Formats: sequence, structure tokens, C-alpha cells
Amino acid sequence: MRFLPPTVLATVCLVMLAASIAGCGEQPWNDPYRAADAGRAIFYGAFAERPKHLDPVSSYSENEAQFTGQIYEPVVQYHFLKRPYQLVPLTATALPEPRYYDKDGFELPADAPAENVAQAVYRVTLKRGILFQPHPAFAQRSDGRYYYHHLTREEVATRATLADFTHSGSRELTADDYVYEIKRLAHPHLHSPVAGLMGKYIKGLTALAERLRAAEGGNHGFVDLRKYDFDGARVIDRYTFEIRITEKYPQFRYWLAMSFFAPVPWEADSFYAQPGMKERNFTLDWYPVGTGPYMLTENNPNRRMVLERNPNFRGEPYPDRGAPGDAVAGMLRMAGKTMPFIDVAYYSLEKEEIPQWTKFLQGYYDVAAVLPDSFDQAIQFGMKGEAELTPSMQDKGVKLVTAVEQATSYMGFNMADPVVGGDSERARLLRQSIAIAVDFEELISIFANGRGVPAHGPIPPEIFGYRAGQSGINPYVYEWRSGHAARRSLDDARALLREAGYADGRDPATGQPLTLYYEAISGGPSGKAQLNWYRKQFEKLGLQLVIRVTDYNRFQEKVREGTAQIFSWGWNADYPDPENFLFLLYGPNGKSKYGGENASNYHNEEFDQLYVRMRALPNGAERQRLIDRMVEIVRRDSPWLWGFHPMAYALNHAWYGNSKPNLMARNTLKYKTVDADLRARLQREWNRPLLWPLAIVLLVLIGSVIPAWRSYRARQRATAR
Amino acid sequence: MSGIEPVLLKTDVLFFVLIAAMVAYGSYARRHEHLRAPWRQVARQPLGMAAAVVLAIYLAIAFLDSLHFRASASAPHGGAGYSHDLNSVFDVLVTPLRDSVERTYSAPFAAEAYAKEIVELADGSNSRAYPRLEHGGVHLRDPASERGPDIAARLIGGILLGLALASALAALVVAVCARRARMPWQAVALGMLRGESPLPWRAILGTVLAISLLFGCAVELAPYYHVFGTDQVGNDVLYQALKSIRTGLLIGTLTTLVMLPFAVVLGLVAGYFGGWVDDVIQYLYTTLSSIPGVLLVAAAALMLEVYMSRHADAYGSLAARADLRLLALCIILGVTTWTGLCRYLRGEALKLRAVDFIEAARAFGVSNGKILARHILPNIMHIVMISIVLDFSGLVLAEAVLTYIDIGVDPSMESWGNMINGARLELAREPVVWWSLGAAFVLMFALVLAANIFADAVRDAFDPRLRDLE
Amino acid sequence: MSAYIARRVLYALPILLGVNVITFFLFFVVNSPDDMARLHLGNKHVTAQAVENWKAERGYDKPLLWNAEQHGVQRVTDTIFYRNTVKLFLFKFGQSDSGRDIAFDISQRMVPSLVVTLPVFVLELLLTITLALSIALLRGTYFDTWAVIVCVAMMSISLLFYIIGGQFLMGKLLRLVPISGFDGGSAVVKFIALPVLVSVVAGLGFGTRWYRTLFLEEIQRDYVRTARAKGLSERGVLFKHVLRNALIPILTGVVVILPTLFIGNLIIEAFFGIPGLGSYTIEAIQSQDFAIVRAMVFLGSLLYIAGLILTDISYTLADPRVRLT
Repeated sequence: MRFLPPTVLATVCLVMLAASIAGCGEQPWNDPYRAADAGRAIFYGAFAERPKHLDPVSSYSENEAQFTGQIYEPVVQYHFLKRPYQLVPLTATALPEPRYYDKDGFELPADAPAENVAQAVYRVTLKRGILFQPHPAFAQRSDGRYYYHHLTREEVATRATLADFTHSGSRELTADDYVYEIKRLAHPHLHSPVAGLMGKYIKGLTALAERLRAAEGGNHGFVDLRKYDFDGARVIDRYTFEIRITEKYPQFRYWLAMSFFAPVPWEADSFYAQPGMKERNFTLDWYPVGTGPYMLTENNPNRRMVLERNPNFRGEPYPDRGAPGDAVAGMLRMAGKTMPFIDVAYYSLEKEEIPQWTKFLQGYYDVAAVLPDSFDQAIQFGMKGEAELTPSMQDKGVKLVTAVEQATSYMGFNMADPVVGGDSERARLLRQSIAIAVDFEELISIFANGRGVPAHGPIPPEIFGYRAGQSGINPYVYEWRSGHAARRSLDDARALLREAGYADGRDPATGQPLTLYYEAISGGPSGKAQLNWYRKQFEKLGLQLVIRVTDYNRFQEKVREGTAQIFSWGWNADYPDPENFLFLLYGPNGKSKYGGENASNYHNEEFDQLYVRMRALPNGAERQRLIDRMVEIVRRDSPWLWGFHPMAYALNHAWYGNSKPNLMARNTLKYKTVDADLRARLQREWNRPLLWPLAIVLLVLIGSVIPAWRSYRARQRATAR
Repeated sequence: MSGIEPVLLKTDVLFFVLIAAMVAYGSYARRHEHLRAPWRQVARQPLGMAAAVVLAIYLAIAFLDSLHFRASASAPHGGAGYSHDLNSVFDVLVTPLRDSVERTYSAPFAAEAYAKEIVELADGSNSRAYPRLEHGGVHLRDPASERGPDIAARLIGGILLGLALASALAALVVAVCARRARMPWQAVALGMLRGESPLPWRAILGTVLAISLLFGCAVELAPYYHVFGTDQVGNDVLYQALKSIRTGLLIGTLTTLVMLPFAVVLGLVAGYFGGWVDDVIQYLYTTLSSIPGVLLVAAAALMLEVYMSRHADAYGSLAARADLRLLALCIILGVTTWTGLCRYLRGEALKLRAVDFIEAARAFGVSNGKILARHILPNIMHIVMISIVLDFSGLVLAEAVLTYIDIGVDPSMESWGNMINGARLELAREPVVWWSLGAAFVLMFALVLAANIFADAVRDAFDPRLRDLE
Repeated sequence: MSAYIARRVLYALPILLGVNVITFFLFFVVNSPDDMARLHLGNKHVTAQAVENWKAERGYDKPLLWNAEQHGVQRVTDTIFYRNTVKLFLFKFGQSDSGRDIAFDISQRMVPSLVVTLPVFVLELLLTITLALSIALLRGTYFDTWAVIVCVAMMSISLLFYIIGGQFLMGKLLRLVPISGFDGGSAVVKFIALPVLVSVVAGLGFGTRWYRTLFLEEIQRDYVRTARAKGLSERGVLFKHVLRNALIPILTGVVVILPTLFIGNLIIEAFFGIPGLGSYTIEAIQSQDFAIVRAMVFLGSLLYIAGLILTDISYTLADPRVRLT
């Protein structure tokens, strides 16, 4: 009986490994993809968290939109290149324009005041000949009966993936499909996150939800929504439908670009509702059905998700006009050519940042987000403080893409709080004083690597109503000095504090430093540093900040109940309109009283009145005037420290083309190009395996065996003697 | 600063209880020969004693770091720099380390930042350069030329200091030993050097020498340089690594302290009484031990999060919250690890029950409680002892892993797990930032290695057959 | 024998029930169903109605243990506890809180876990026993002393360092294999090479030392001396007698682990992106997916108990003297 010494074992393993890798030919050893895919126009991306919902009615988050955006087609989309953001038709023949009616049903002119409008009607006409992707739900026998609409549990159980259903079919997109999806917003079991919000606007949606709950609440199978009459959305003819909303709400057209208003065929619902489907994960959440340029062919959220070109896609020309500078930047090279350009998109599950970043550097991911930890390695700041790539990145041909997000990250005061809140002069001065002391420029530079723009109000850049330069500064916190906004001095802040009655930060009632409470969500080690930083900011004024750390759920609950005093919060725009930011301060949206998104529970009569007027106006001088006034009101009241607008930084490899950031459009994959040959060449260049250290390890191992063997022999001889 | 108010965190209390228990056990063991003999055997193992010295140093640091106090609120700006809410005696001792916070990363012994930044020159123009640090190497006028010699000079100073310290200690030991043995000190010293002394003083003093050299160098260098560099937000890494000692040590020891009563009482009762009591207790620990440990810890850690946020006002401060979480982690780990020891003790008690002198005691009508406390408990103490020592290193290692999956200590608490967790991506940087990981590695490795070696020595001395407890 | 096994299996039932009770209480104290609903519905525009619907759909709107509104047996059966627990015993794990079928996911993820744990298990066992035997062969020499020191040193390094070091070496320096990921078919070798290597190396110190003590204990027994006295060579003694007799203690340690190989290694899988049950569990912990964690706890306990029973059976096979009654 002989045992293999460890070195022999190790060698055997290595040889086996080398043999298995050598089979891959020219492919680098550490290539995580299959050799057969080399040279194809494939996009390689990553996802960190498996998307929970791919059903358009419930999908809302960014990581889901990465997929749903490519698959579903709402009637309109954002123009890929033009800025400010602009809607253009997608499946509709033209942008739907609302027609307004008063309560007696008489049509009103487009500029009619909001209070007269009782109903707004959006009529949409679809392009003809648009086909759904191939899907078993559409498969019909020659007599018109569906192959897979009456399956038994056992028949379903034999199938593991959608590909196991051998027949598939398609169908033309009709107005029915859009109306069907709008009804799905009210579906009792689908829990659309916007059901409550849309119920306020779409005529009869809430009533429909009630009817459905009463009639189908216990029905967990197929709910045939076609049976239900619905005023809010009606089919006019095969290609035309109307949506009715109950007030003048011009922003509604932006909602039409979101996946909530994408078409869903009733066949899909009927197919997925069959018994046994859910147990095999056959649901619309996992296998979406759309008309877009791509379809999801592999959905293994444990490993990877694969989008492939939809063979039924009608083709769409690349835009031939863009924003100024786009032509120079090479964004118009593909003008007029038929999209999509990429055949397949692989998204691999990547939970850890190290592997993701390393694989990007090795060329195995086409794009990477710039993470705080890899920031220094990728980016440095130029002479004027502008971000640029480090030389090592430039050598690789990596491109940096930056954009200010349509978002705001702020620190809010609870206006219902007796100390920091309310309309009293004392509280207002206290808030203004704190607003000066908390130095968000420093926060951006320390904790966000400079990836942010200090905010002067609720509205971020590139949104109508935002003012840049001297006219846009917040005079309560900044002053204009030699061409840029400079934060007011701490002395100003202390003076305000004294005026408020808290000289040196002391509460006159007790003589002790005024204690304020900050609600924080427990975070990692850098979270701790940030909390300390906040405390230091308040300490500058002699105020004592007590930090109460809770988990996210509890934090939300506190804000919801209005028991938090000071907290940080953020908002990502749903659509590029100032209304989507100013509504965060609209009184009737108060969080604790009305469950809205106004987390500060801010309430100001004048602001609320202006808001209602502003909302209904088209962009123009009048709207700008109202917005300026509203911004001035909230700047003075300072219910938030305006914080900053985060910036998105992304890195793209040289072979990845048309990578203009578009923060509104989600369906951008179709515009992108990949130079597969360049990628293959660079990957080989960057990934030459290094073997000599292994040889050294082997030598050391052998070296350690020899003396052992020797001493064993010596002992054998000794015992033998 | 006007007022100083001592603060006793919950874990501090338990830690002091633990130390008191150790002292009590020590004096008890001194008086009982059957305990004294194996300990004497432990004391004779050079490697074990060297490890004991290292452990003692760690224990001392943890002890100093557990003496907490708060500067009273009447001092509004809390003295120089920014003061934390809660300080420990250890913090005061290493004040220069704690206060010398840079902006971001800097390499060990660096005088300049790790990355180039835009700096404004005297003539008002900008240039890209490595800016000087705020604390590291500020006393140097020209770091490029002065830094090497300066470090060398300080190193020599440190070595001299270390030597002086070690020789003073050695002289003390030699003098005491010579007096006890009534021998001339030269002979005693020679004996030690040859390794012929009854206690392995050569190994002990050797370890002491090594540690004092490190200590000397640290004392000389740390106030002027960041010996282990600084982390992403500019905190001194050496300071963090040292502060983590308390966390690691507490998890290693308190966990066992917390679980001991369960394991001992239940194990003994089950083994001694048998019958349905035995059945119930066996059922209990079989059930608990069949749940995968990590999952049980995860579930319990999540539960605790919610409990604390529901009672947020009582645990408002970051320190109190982190402390409670540490304690809870110890309890949770204790609950998941007591079953092994319990099973073993049950077996021992079962055996002991049948032993003559206990049967005799029972025949004489001695109460069960008395038999358990007087006769059985002392006879299983060595098993408890060994299990404490053996569990220690595993628990220290477990902390890092649990913290990695977010169910360990509070993120705001200094711990090796948090350091590793925070530094995971640093190896992907260019140039590599290795010092956070390096510092955590070195300090953790030293502790666990010493604990493992010491545990071996203890087990060999008491009962080499007890390997099953591992 | 079969009667014994049947009894052991029956005995496992109350333990599994106990496991369920413990996890059930832990979890429903952790998160009220309201919290869970909010966690899973996201945070924009969530209405109270949506929360109610979510709870109703998963049966979380029922009382925990006792339904006072029902009658008779239903008072017990129409509760969250009863509905969720009974199903587990029938291996009906139901839906995860994010809407996927758990049994399906578990069946999918078992394979990647095994693909990693099995080679680790085999290699580790072979390597450590080989090394331990060679060290036992050289006992008392310098080699022995140093080997033990190296083992203790290797034991004293956290697994995290092995992983980080391994990835650093592969990702940055050697570029031999992908640093994370997974694929089916023959490509699997290049993905599991690094995790297997790292796990084996990380476990080497402990394993080798453990088997070394075991063998040394065995060597000191009388029969070994007899065998040696009969003139058997040292190697013969070691392989023929010591190894054979050490089989029982080896089995105790090894067979218990076998079923739990299915569960995978939490940390390794998370770091190397292996889509197995270990990373499944970690993800569930991090997203507070109650249903998955409970299913995994149940499965883990089940496999552990299976391991215990297997151990008993393997005793009889290894040593005919052991009789199970």
C-alpha cells in the first residue's frame, strides 16, 4: 500500500488543471467565459443583486430596469442623445398630447387653468406590425387552440426552463395589451408599487381595484382582466387606446415612458397562472414577455442572466441627431443604422467587489462603476479639480463617463419637531445656522470622493427650473465670491444661532449645550466615520448631536411616524421634471400625516399654492418665475440642508461604444456597440499567465521533503542496527 | 478638563468578573495539590510559557482598554482635538496615536500622502504632488533625505529602551530567584541561560526581550510616524489594531464565561440524576447542536438588532449600542457552543456517579446538591478549564468571519473582523494598500498562535486525552 | 440493524420539531411580518394596503400560534407556525419572500456546492492523513517539531486571509484561473481550482495536527509494540495496524460531515461567486429572507442528524465488534 506524497498529488492536480485549460486554445487561462463565445458581439456586464421583479407592473428599482428596459416597450421613450431630456415616440406613432375637458365634458384649450380641468385624455396610436418575442404562451395549433394554456400540474413539472416548451409563437402588438397592463396596476395580487399613486390620477383605477378584490380576491389563478370594463383606459380600435386621468397633470406623459405602462399580453398572464407554474419559477417576474430589441433567454439569478436579440424585433434606426458635441464625441457614427448592434448580453452575478473590479481590469467586464475603494486607482483630479483617469487607466484605453444624477441627497429636519421644526423664527434661525455649519463640500470630498455637486435647493442640474451660477446660489448658506459660491463663515452661523437664542450652542433653559438627535442607519466602518463627521459639524456651533443608530426598517418607521428629529434621506427622480422634486416639500404629501414622500412634513401655504399652479404649467418663463419663488421660500425656511446631487462615474473599456450616459432612459443597450476583436486582443495581452512562481513553490515543497526523507532513512538504519 | 466620570460598560463588568474569577481560581489552585501539579507542569514548558507572556500582554492591553471613563459635559469642547464620548485609560496612554488623524491613506512610516493631490504652490499656481501629512513625519524638514536616518536613529533609541527595560526585568527576576534559592545570582543567571532553571526563564525572558524591543521601538516611533500607516479615513492603523485586542479577547473569553453555567449545571445534572432530566437535557442540546451554528448566530443577531432599535433610547449612544451587541454576540456564540462541553460533562458525571466515594456519600445521606458541589464539581473542573483555553482561539477567528457576513460585532467597533472587512478591496489598489490587512493579520496571528500553543501546553498537562473537546 | 435505524429516524422527528420551534421564534421576534413586507416591497410609494396584501398572500396575516377566531383544530392549524412547519416536514419549502420556489432553488444550487465541497473533502482527507502519517513516521525528530509548529501557525490564520491572499495571488499576480464565477460542464475545473486550493490549504494545519495526535495515540498502544516486537517494519506497523485501528476515530469525524457537504461552505462560496447553497444562505441572511433561512436551517439540521445516523452505521462496517442495538 503506497500513499502519494503531497507533492506528487499537487503536481497531478496542476497537470490536470493545465490540461483542462490548455484545451481552450488561445483563450486566456483566466477567461471566465466559454471559448465558443470569443469574437462575438457580446456585452459582458455584472449584477450584484438578483432582480426581484421583472414583471413591469411591480418592477421599480434600478437593477431591475437594467433588464426590463431592454425587453418591454412603453409607448414613448427618452431621446438617447438630446439634453435636456426629451420624450420621443417608441411604439406610438406620435407623442400623445392630452386633451382637457371640464366637468361637463366640454373640451378646454391646452392652457386651461388646472382647477377647471375635470378630465384629461391621452390618446395613443400604435405603429403597426410590431411583434412580441417568441414565447410558448402564444403558441397555437392550426385550429387556433393554444398549446400551453391548459396544462396540468404534472405536465408543468416536467419542464425546468422555458426552453423546455417546444412550441412558441408570436402575435402583433395591439392596443389591448397596453390597456390590459394598466388594468394590472389594480390587480389584487400583483401589488404594483405605484397602484396607490396612480389611483389618484387614473380615472376609476381605485374603484377597479376594489371590484377586483371583491370578485377575484380569493382567485390565485388567472384573473381575466379583459372582462372588466374600465373607464381609465379604453381600447378605441386595434391600434388606438385612450387613458383618462382626473386632473391636469402634464407630468403624466413621463409615466408613459416607464415600464408600468408597457404592454403585457393576456396570453402571458393566462399561461403563467396555470397550476404548478409558480413552483417552477415560471412567472412573469422571471420570464418577461416583451416587444423590445432583446429577450431574456436565460434567467438564472444565481449565476447569470442572458439577454439575446429578439428575432421578431422590427428594427429601429439609431438617432441621427444629438446634443451639441455628440458628433465630435463619435456618438453619431452609427446614425441611421438599424439597432440593436449587440447580439447577446451576459450579466454575471458578482456579489463581491474585488472580483468584479479585478475582472474589469482584466477586460472581462465591459463596464464598471467607480466604487469608493477603487476610486484612487482609477481617477485623479486635474488642475481645475476636474476628474480624469489615472495614467494606468489611460494606458488601458479606458474611458471615463460622468454625469450628475437626477437625484438629491439631503439632510432633513422634521418640521413637526418642537425644537428644530415649526414656523417660529427661533427654529428657522437654528436651521439656517446649522445649514452653514454642516460643510457638504467636505462631505463630498471625504466620503464621496468628490462625486457630487453641492445643492443649493431641491432641484438638481439638467432639470427645468435649476439655475446655475450666481443667480442660483442659496444666499442663506453661500455668498458669491470671486466667481464661485463660497460657504458662509462659521461666524455668520454663530451669529444666527445667537439670534435664535442659543448663544454658544447652549440651551437657555438648562444652560447646557443644546442636544439634537440624528437618526442614522447602521452602516459599515466608513459609516461610523461619517457619523463622527456629522457630530463634528454640529460641535462647531457648540451643539451636541446624539446619534441614534437603527436598522433601515426601524429608521423608515421613525420617519414615517414623524418621531425622527434630524435624518438623511435621498430622492431619485422618476422623471426629469421639477415637479418630481418640489412635491417632496408639498404639504399634502406630508409623510407622517398623509403617508406621502414629504419626509420633513414641511408645510407652507404659499409654497403649496404655487406648487399646484406650477405643476400644471408647461416649461416657460411663467413656470420658472413660480419655481424661483418656491425655491426662495424653502431656502429661507430651510427644512432641509440641501445636501448634494450625487454624480455617477462609470468606466468603459475602449471597445465599448456609444456610451453616453442617459440617466432617464433605461433601454440603452440597443444603442451600444462592442468591438469584439479589439477586446479579444487586449484580453490576451492583459492576461498572460505567470508560471515561474508555481515552479518555485514546487521546488520549496520538494526541498522540504528531502530532509524528511533523509531523517526517516537515518532512523530506519538506526532501528535496523 | 474639569470632571472625569468612570463608566462601566456591561462587557467591562463581565471582563472584570472574569479576571476576578481567574485570580480566585489561581489562589484556589495554589492551595490544592491536584491542581497545582499540572499547572507546575504547564509552567515548565518553554513554548507554553512564552505564549503565556504574549497572552499576558494582550490581557493587560485589554484590561487598560476596559477602564472606561467619560469627560464630563461641562467642558464644551473636550480638550485638544476632537474628543470621543467615551475614553479608556488605554486611549489616554496612546493619545498621540488616537489624535493623529490624516485625511486618507498613508503608507507605514510615510511623511507624504499615498496619492498625489493638487497642492497650491507658494506662487499661487497648482501642481500635482504628494502632499505632506498632517502628523506623520511632520518634524522632518526634507523627508526625502532626513526620513531614513531619523527612523534609524529612533530605532536605535527604541532598541536601547527595549534592552534597558528587558534587562531591568531580567535583573529583577534573577535577584528574586537567587534570594529564594539562596544561591549566588551569577549561578542562577547562568542556569537560566543554559535553560536549566526549574521554570523556563530563558524562554520567558526571551519573549519579554522581544516584546520590550517592539514596545521600545513603538514608543520611539509611533508619536512621529504612522507605524502601520493610516486607513481610508486617515485613522492610525496601529491604534485600531491595538483597540481591536479588547474586542477579540472579550469574545474569546466572555463567550465561555457566559456559556459555562449552562454547560456545567445542565451537564452535571443530566449525568448525575439521569432519568427524565437526562432525557430533557439531552433533547435540548441535541436540538441546539443540530442547527448549523452560523444560521443560529445569524438569526439571533438579527433579532438583537430589532430589539435594540425598539429600545433605542436606552442604547442611544454608539458606544453603548456597540457594547451591547458585543455582549450579545458573546451570548449567542455561547449558546451555540455550550453543547459540546455539556455532552462531555454529562458523560463525566455519569462515570463519577458510580465511583465509590460518591456512592458512599449518597449512602450517608449527603444531599445531592452537596455531592454535586463538593465532590463532582471539583473533579470536572479541569475539563472546564481545558475547554475554556481550547475554545478561545476558535472564537477569536470566528469573530472575523462573522463580522464579514454582517452578523458579528457592530461596524462601529474596532475589531479585526471590521478591519479586514473594510480593507478587503485595498489589495486591488495600485499601489497596493496592504497595511490594514497586515496589521490585523500580525496582531491576530500572534494572539491566536499564542493561545493555541498555550492551550496545547495546558491540555498536555491536565489530560492529553481530551482532544475530543476541540 | 434496520430496527435500530428506524428508531433513530423516529427519534430525529422531535429534534427537527424543536429546531423548527427555535427558528420560528427567533424569526418572528426579529421581524414582524409588517417589516418583512416593507423590506420586500421597496420603499417608494408603498401603501398600507400593499403591505396587507403582501402579508395575506404569504399567510403572514394569520396569528402566530393560536387563532382565537377559528374553531376546534383550526385554532392550531390556521396559524403561521402550523402552516409553515408542517410543510417543511414534507419538504415543501414553499416560496421565498421574494417569490421564488425554494425547493427548486435548493435542488439547483446543491450541485455547485457539492462540486466544490467534495473535492475539498477528498483532497483534504488524503493530504492530511498522508502528511500526518509521514510526521508520525518521523516522530521525535526535528521534522516532527517543525511540522507541528507549522501546523499550529497555519491554524492560527483566519480563513479570510487565505481567501484574500489566494485571490490576490491569482487575480493580480499569476492570472492562472478566473478569480470567481462558475460554469457547468468541463469549464467547471478552472472555476473551482482556486476555491478548492484555498479551502484545502486553510484546513491543512488543523487536519494534519489532529490526525498526527490520533496516530501517535494509536502508536503508543500495546498491540503496536507487539507488532514491532514481531519484527514488522515501521512502515508496515503504521500502515497495517495503526491506520486500520485509527479508522474508527477518523470515521467519527468524517462521516458526520458527509451529508453537510451539500450545504456548502458559506464564506468560500460568497467570495468566489459559487452559486451553491452556502451563498444562497448568506444572501438570505443579508436580505432577511425568512422563508429561505428557515428552510436551510431545517435542511442543515436534517443532514446533520443523517450524518450522526450514518456514523453509527459506519461503525459496524469498520469494526465488526460494534453491535447496534
